[in-house]
Amino acid sequence: MNKISLIFVLLLSLPAFGKEITVKDGGTIQAAINQAVSGDVILIHPGTYRESVYVDKDNITLRGVVKEGKWPVMEGDHKLNDAILYSGNGITIEWIKIMHYKGNAIMGQSGNNYVIRNNWIIDTGVYGIFPQFGKNGLIEYNVLSGIEDAAIYVGMCDNVDVKHNEVFDSVAGIEIENTRHALVENNYAHNNTAGILVFITPGLPIKTTYDVIVRNNFVVDNNTPNFGAPGSIVSKVPVGVGMVIMAADDVKIEGNIITGNQTAGIVITDLAFITDVASDKESEPNPDNIQVLDNLMFNNGSDPVAEVKAAMLTKFTTTGPDILANVGSAQEPDNCILNAERYTSFGIGKWSQCDISTTADVTTYLLKGDAAPRDIETTEDRVARLYKGICAGCHAYNLRMIGPPTMAIQAQYYENPEGIADYIANPVKKRPDFPAMPSQGHLSEELRMKVAEYMLCLSPGKLAEVAATQGQVAKCQQP
Amino acid sequence: MLRTWVFCLWLLSGLTAATTAGEWQLSELCPAGFTQREGRCYLQTLYQDYGSLQNSGVGGLKTGLPEIRQGFTAQQIDLGRYLFFDPMLSGDGSLSCASCHQPDKAFTDGKGQSLGIHNQLADRSSPSLWNVGFLKTLFWDARATALEEQALGPLYAKHEMGNTPEQLLATLRSNVHYQALFAQAFSETPIRLEQVYTALAAFEASLISLNSRYDLYAHGFHDALTANEIAGMNVFRSFVARCAECHTPPLFSNQQIAVLGTPEPEGKPLDIGAEGPTGDRSLRGGFKVPSLRNIALTAPYMHSGRFKTLRETVEFYTKGRGHAVPKGETLSLHWHIWEPKLTDVELDRLVDFLSALTDQSFMPVIPTRVPSGLPVDNQHNTHVSMGE
Repeated sequence: MNKISLIFVLLLSLPAFGKEITVKDGGTIQAAINQAVSGDVILIHPGTYRESVYVDKDNITLRGVVKEGKWPVMEGDHKLNDAILYSGNGITIEWIKIMHYKGNAIMGQSGNNYVIRNNWIIDTGVYGIFPQFGKNGLIEYNVLSGIEDAAIYVGMCDNVDVKHNEVFDSVAGIEIENTRHALVENNYAHNNTAGILVFITPGLPIKTTYDVIVRNNFVVDNNTPNFGAPGSIVSKVPVGVGMVIMAADDVKIEGNIITGNQTAGIVITDLAFITDVASDKESEPNPDNIQVLDNLMFNNGSDPVAEVKAAMLTKFTTTGPDILANVGSAQEPDNCILNAERYTSFGIGKWSQCDISTTADVTTYLLKGDAAPRDIETTEDRVARLYKGICAGCHAYNLRMIGPPTMAIQAQYYENPEGIADYIANPVKKRPDFPAMPSQGHLSEELRMKVAEYMLCLSPGKLAEVAATQGQVAKCQQP
Repeated sequence: MLRTWVFCLWLLSGLTAATTAGEWQLSELCPAGFTQREGRCYLQTLYQDYGSLQNSGVGGLKTGLPEIRQGFTAQQIDLGRYLFFDPMLSGDGSLSCASCHQPDKAFTDGKGQSLGIHNQLADRSSPSLWNVGFLKTLFWDARATALEEQALGPLYAKHEMGNTPEQLLATLRSNVHYQALFAQAFSETPIRLEQVYTALAAFEASLISLNSRYDLYAHGFHDALTANEIAGMNVFRSFVARCAECHTPPLFSNQQIAVLGTPEPEGKPLDIGAEGPTGDRSLRGGFKVPSLRNIALTAPYMHSGRFKTLRETVEFYTKGRGHAVPKGETLSLHWHIWEPKLTDVELDRLVDFLSALTDQSFMPVIPTRVPSGLPVDNQHNTHVSMGE
């Protein structure tokens, strides 16, 4: 690759310096997204926006403009499904108030390098913020309440920081599920059914949760009765739990203030914790290498749920503990703790002493630089794939398939790629013994032209033969 | 009766066919969508531009595919094609793989329960074969983990193709055309049964459907879908309908087992599904999440074809969690089966979107005749080779 094309490729791979698109009350955010291109920033002014928004492009920023306390509000009226759903890479969503949706406030389906911050989310249905299948994401300074499952739900992701958020009046505050390399730090999780949950759900296509740090969070008074939807997994979570670590591995818990949770401060358990869910032999059920470093815990377990109360009776008490690890492998010595004597506990008798005292060496799990949204490839690669992925389905080189052989097309258009480019944008039935070709008008003119050139240059050896028999020389530069 | 006669005639004609052995030739070209490297066929698709989290092959629009079975030779794939359409593979020469996997129905048969040998009912609905090369498990109850293993099921089930390994091997070895074709595909003699399974797997794994109008949208050509289809896609991936949570792009399956509690046809007892092969009570009534690609062509729906239309099928999901579970049954229903309260308009749009997942542009050429000389059922072909 020469220097100029290398620079070109690098430019293509970077978010461009985008333009700003302004949306004001009375307009729609979706209209702005539809005209946006990679790198653009959509500025959403104060007003009420009753819509569901879909972002199927890369590197788009949705930025609310907050003026003297007036926010742009996305209002779902308890009728609309999700507020914002994105699939692109490099999506930023900030400074938007989102209320009364039925599904989620913000959901990602596979975008990498996302930033979700400074949003104010109230009663948006099942989840508040829910990135799924994304790598390298930051969720910070959001305030969420009134969510019937998890306010912040990181599901099947890698490399996520969840920091400085307030989550309350929800069933679950923050969930880290089937996710690796997550830092949950400086959040305030209060008045939920359960505060912070790190776990594996069986039956999902990505099976593991490991390498999670839960650090310096306030996890306080999570005693709100469970109002999760019947049948949902979260509906099985007992009320009054500060933290749940279920089946996850390599979880470090440090510097949290965990108080006033009426069943227990921290529950560490295997998958038996949730019942009535189809089992999955590929989900490893045990919590391994859980490390409880120094935390401040008191006044937990004042009024535990019946199952925990019954278990505690075997210890001659009716109150729940700061740390409950009384089931199965949660009791094993691969789990560890520092200064165990400070806490009330059940099930940690065999735990070892942790050999680290702090996780301070990890400041973030975000990647240095972005996760590659995809491999960088040249236009030529893309054209070859387009040809082989789509055109070749109907045109074999030298035999009849659904469409005429490439060889015959080469003979017809031997010096005329424009002819092919035009024809495929608007095909008409030409040959009586072949079906009409479906239009490829969705491809840009440039791409159609490049594909046409590619088609004419295919197997030039054979092309030359064809051309020779017709007394013509093909103009074809490619090897 | 007619079929029996034809079969007998074919048995008699087996010896005389030797004179024309040379006329059968396997293709040296990889099928549509594949490119040839060092004599083997590898998939080429725009989806190879994209990655996926943990290489899982699940995600959103621009997400890479799961690993595919590939690297077969063009000859092996082409031999599989002949075998697939050859009724000689069944015990009495009456049924080929294509009898239950008909090309014009996206390789299904339009029945709730397929018809096996002597018109016996199979247990479940025949699944589409498009994109099976990507699947980690096969059969509705996910009991097989490889295409070669799957092939043993219908071939030798007494109520499906009703053959035996001994008879299959004997008939293939006594057919001079197949002797020649197997030698071209495997360069060793005599024919072995493993070669049959390999060739069938090679052919089935070559059935690629990734060029629907939805795919064009996914690759960034947003005009490829109509407004109604986009509206339907948005319902589909919303966290109210939650279809995409299990029918996850790009294959529209997350390849897990899910317990839905769908009703059986009138009078049929509950199908225990994955509880059968696993013995796991919590998987009772659980089935593998099927891909939705070409779903508009594969009615009726669900494991036993209980629903005749897509509209009925999508409506099932909004009629209440567990509404069709038989009295006295307790099933561990999937957590995404809930009460989404979808409107009639939303259900209509879902059907619109599902119809945009149709793509049979890489349909293989269906042979007009097969090496056994038995008649090929051509009623169900979308297009027939002119050249053969």
